[in-house]
Amino acid sequence: MNPLVTFRLALRALLRNKMRSFLTMLGIIIGVSAVIAMVAIGEGAKAQVEKSFAAMGTSLLIVMSGSSSAGGARGGFGSQPTLTWDDLKAIQTEVTSVKSAAAVLRSSASLVSEDQNWTTTVQGTTPEYFEIRTWSIANGSGLTQSDVEGGTKVIVLGQTVASRLFGSGDAVGQAVRIKNTPFQVVGVLQAKGQSPTGQDYDDGAFVPVTTFQSKIQGGLQKFLNGTIFVSAVSAADTTRAQAAVTNLLRDRHRIPPGADDDFSIRNLAEVAGAQQEGTKTMTTLLASIAFVSLLVGGIGIMNIMLVSVTERTREIGVRMAVGAKPHHILAQFLVEALTLSLLGGLLGVAIGIGGGAWLARSFNWPMLVRPDIVSVAVVFSALVGVGFGLYPARKASLLDPIEALRYE
Amino acid sequence: MSNRHALLELDTVTKTYHLGDVPVQVLHGVSLRIEPGESVAIMGASGSGKSTLMNILGCLDRPSSGHYLLDGRDVSRLNRGDLAEVRNRTIGFVFQNFNLLSRTSALENVELPLIYAGVGTRERARRAKTALERVGLAERLDHHPSQLSGGQQQRVAIARALVSSPKLILADEPTGNLDSRTSVEIMALFQELGDSGITVVLVTHESDIATYARRVIVLKDGLVQSDQRQEPARAVVPPAAEVKTA
Repeated sequence: MNPLVTFRLALRALLRNKMRSFLTMLGIIIGVSAVIAMVAIGEGAKAQVEKSFAAMGTSLLIVMSGSSSAGGARGGFGSQPTLTWDDLKAIQTEVTSVKSAAAVLRSSASLVSEDQNWTTTVQGTTPEYFEIRTWSIANGSGLTQSDVEGGTKVIVLGQTVASRLFGSGDAVGQAVRIKNTPFQVVGVLQAKGQSPTGQDYDDGAFVPVTTFQSKIQGGLQKFLNGTIFVSAVSAADTTRAQAAVTNLLRDRHRIPPGADDDFSIRNLAEVAGAQQEGTKTMTTLLASIAFVSLLVGGIGIMNIMLVSVTERTREIGVRMAVGAKPHHILAQFLVEALTLSLLGGLLGVAIGIGGGAWLARSFNWPMLVRPDIVSVAVVFSALVGVGFGLYPARKASLLDPIEALRYE
Repeated sequence: MSNRHALLELDTVTKTYHLGDVPVQVLHGVSLRIEPGESVAIMGASGSGKSTLMNILGCLDRPSSGHYLLDGRDVSRLNRGDLAEVRNRTIGFVFQNFNLLSRTSALENVELPLIYAGVGTRERARRAKTALERVGLAERLDHHPSQLSGGQQQRVAIARALVSSPKLILADEPTGNLDSRTSVEIMALFQELGDSGITVVLVTHESDIATYARRVIVLKDGLVQSDQRQEPARAVVPPAAEVKTA
């Protein structure tokens, strides 16, 4: 007896009791759609976190100076300059897992255009910084190496600053003054959005690091009075790069083994990982609840199949009398259970995707349907059908034809 | 005669059921031969063991001891699957309560044995149609059992028994649920099948039904009490009935 015949037979039997078949499938439908929708929403949240971390720059390390300590009051990281310009050079040239590194000096300053002013963070840096942050120019051009070498008075504005000072007009080519020094706006950066903590990346302006030192905030010549942004050659190498930079700096700063570092390195991949872990736990929790409901659906199928076997005892007897072997009967009921669960699974996928999309839209949640979860859910529902259909089907196949024929 | 190949050969067949711990012997050693083409009625009061004998003859059950040769093959020790195959190929069943699948068309009911014989869809429909034409139901292929009269339902059942061209048709009280005129019609059909060479064994407790058979075996208390051949009465359908069932 070929599988197609068995399948048609099963479909016929199920269509004979449409309402009952539907209600039986409902358990699986709810289970599968819950799995799909929950995981889609969980994955959407994860993707959003990922995106906001990607905005900070992938494989990013931030190296900060050590803390100052005066009379018991400890100043926090960065308060005591320990990093030197030579350290930066060493990081750039000596560590193989580092792609590039850039110094960033910051100061809060007021930017004055012809008719507006805006106080923001002015940062002195080098062209590498934009590369590390994967931050490109929307209008005009960025800082160049010759700007840094020559200490030219050029400035690149973030989107927020540009719109505060120049409205919707073109900022490129305009002049702004910082502490009475005129700067020419050479470019406006692309919008980068917010950091995971809600800080607006676009509220900032960038000048060449040399210009920053000479015109905005003079500093110690030897020490780098700011932070160093480092990008590893790849996201996977971030941890290795962190270790290498740590070793290099400890070596350069002559820190004996066992003593504390006089600098600190923030690994954003670690922060992102912790965030991801949180959403993953949530997704796992939701998915396991949904899988439990799939199991409950399976029990529903078993229940109905048992009822069906009892109801159709006579039919089973007739089939056996005219030559159905036990395995034919087994296959018939197993395929019925499988059809119920698989059909329920497929309907569940449709409803899960549809319902997830609806939830995502009405609550403004991100959503991401994962094809692998969809196929796992469908396969799992089929397994549920086979698993819970096996007992009733076996029971049917073991019926004694004589008694089955006599059954009232 | 003895070296001729019998269709059925029972050699001291016994059957014992176990009701809990109590063994109940129903057949006490039945031996009989039925040749191809015979029409046999097995009679007996209830409790005589005729249903048990019928189940064994139909390969629905196995003897506790003794041997049963069907078409030259010992089927008394076959497993469930092999017995199902023997039933499928060699035997056609007709039951008292028809045992048709409800909400299933006559044609599909008749196709049922062919499904398990692995016959393809088109050939199945063709053969089922032929069988239904043979029992005079060519016009009722799509009818469900609930849309058919008792006599018509039994004809569908006979068509189902015929469709796989079995050597043996086993009928268990085939007229038990029918009125006397329809009973005669059904018996006429059985006689027609007998004339075409099919072996028909029917179990009945009605002696007037047994008169249509060429050989009557009477069972009593699990043993063959008598085994007689007779000139069968012809089942002739009264003309009035023909008009009514046409």
